[in-house]
Amino acid sequence: MRGLLGALMLLASLGIARAEEVVAGLNQNQVSITAFFDGSEIFVFGAVKREAPPPAGAGPLQVLISIVGPVGPVTVRRKERVAGIWVNTDEVIVDRAPYFYANASTAPLREMLSHTDQMRHRIGLQWLVDLRGAPAGIDDPFDFRDSILRLRSAQGLYSELPGTVRLVEETLFDVSVPLPANLVEGDYTARVFLTRDRRVVDSFETAIAVRRSGLEDWIYRMAQDRPLVYGILSVFLALGMGWAAATLFRYLRP
Amino acid sequence: MQLYLPIAEVSVNLFLLLGLGLVVGILSGMFGVGGGFLLTPLLIFIGIPPAVAVATQAPQITGLSFSGTLAHLRRRTVDIKMGLVLLAGGLLGSLVGVRIFKWLSELGQVELLVSLCYVVFLGVIGGLMFIESVNTLRKSRKPGTVKRRQRHVWVHRLPLRMRFRTSHLYISAIPPFVIGFFVGILSAIMGVGGGFIMVPAMIYIIGMPTAVVVGTSLFQIMFVTAFTTILHATQNYTVDTLLALLLLVGGVVGAQIGAIIAVRLKAEQLRIALAAMVLAVCLKLAFDLVVTPSDLYSLAGA
Repeated sequence: MRGLLGALMLLASLGIARAEEVVAGLNQNQVSITAFFDGSEIFVFGAVKREAPPPAGAGPLQVLISIVGPVGPVTVRRKERVAGIWVNTDEVIVDRAPYFYANASTAPLREMLSHTDQMRHRIGLQWLVDLRGAPAGIDDPFDFRDSILRLRSAQGLYSELPGTVRLVEETLFDVSVPLPANLVEGDYTARVFLTRDRRVVDSFETAIAVRRSGLEDWIYRMAQDRPLVYGILSVFLALGMGWAAATLFRYLRP
Repeated sequence: MQLYLPIAEVSVNLFLLLGLGLVVGILSGMFGVGGGFLLTPLLIFIGIPPAVAVATQAPQITGLSFSGTLAHLRRRTVDIKMGLVLLAGGLLGSLVGVRIFKWLSELGQVELLVSLCYVVFLGVIGGLMFIESVNTLRKSRKPGTVKRRQRHVWVHRLPLRMRFRTSHLYISAIPPFVIGFFVGILSAIMGVGGGFIMVPAMIYIIGMPTAVVVGTSLFQIMFVTAFTTILHATQNYTVDTLLALLLLVGGVVGAQIGAIIAVRLKAEQLRIALAAMVLAVCLKLAFDLVVTPSDLYSLAGA
């Protein structure tokens, strides 16, 4: 009986959630890092699909767009003064941290989404940069975790962009999220959330593949997969250029 | 125009790289040194990861020294036999150096190692060069005594004697082998050719005639850095060929310009200028080691 009631309540809540749906798209799902890559932009646009007008007395609709890029462990090192010079002494491996993170929204995160929903949907750096355990002998492992936030923000890799999403008549929205030049290859995800009264109403998720292409890709693959051939080729290219220079200048300056 | 470097994974201005290559090339042409000791710190300053900067210098120097070796071979100012003994030591040294580099890289101490090596070697060499140039300048004002080069030191009497015809020497092969070995280690760790150590060692320890010193050291450097390139590529995956070739373009052009400038300047003034430059780089690196960094934390991709 209790189970049935629960299921009914869930259905009811789903019904409310479904009253507004998000339809969104990106201008590109594939970003190519070419030799002249100098950053890029992801243009996210969409609309809110409504069966009925929003319930009376409901708070304003907010839109949040989160782009997060390859997640993996990060080694954080801290320097200490040893015999007068600064030396890396302590090291903590933070289990999960995205390389890139951008949160574009119509309002500051705190105002548009409850703490519970941020946690449930893993929205915000607080949930994305994850330190599970620290080696013994380090009393302040969270300082190491926080340094990732600080350093990557300074490099333009982590950004909070409140107020950048344009929302027209609570129906049409768009935003352009800049991607920095120091992007790395990997799988990124773009998520769009509609919120009302600090709760998620609906969401949409899609993947963005960032890949090296052309010459960049060729050089990188060879360096990784066939390092010996790559090393020998590097030497011969250098020798070739040295020889060309020697020959050229011999004619220019007899 | 920004250029994304495939191995360094950073985007750098193309003209900045060509300019750096050119400026260092001019200096190396003027002073007859490889310029690796200037370029490695400069690359790190502009944001290239230290491991990539050091490893990428190797093919860059191979190309530059090949161009120089060809010129010296044509003038017959290379002692090939001596070069081969130095090279044998150099190859072994490079093997050891790349091992040390890989090990410290895993420990996160590579930056420290590179900086310390630079501070120590540049400090010693720059200091000695400076003192000597000042002394010669003083002596040249009052002409008279010419110091005679000492022909035989105790190290020459070690076993394994060999005849080096081009250098007019009949000495033990051990000192050149050991010198080559140390230069090989430095080449792998510091991203330099090592000419700034090898040239004085060849003159003062081995006692080679000055005429063949530069050609022979270039000959050794060319092969050792080629070998170092392959070792770094296969063990550390940190050689950025695109970066190396761009630096090389600026470097070879700069070296020719530098050689033209050098003819118009006095040798002693050049020596003092070079010593001052070496000391300046040394002081900058020493300062960075001692001064409190802007952020004590640093990240490394795992």
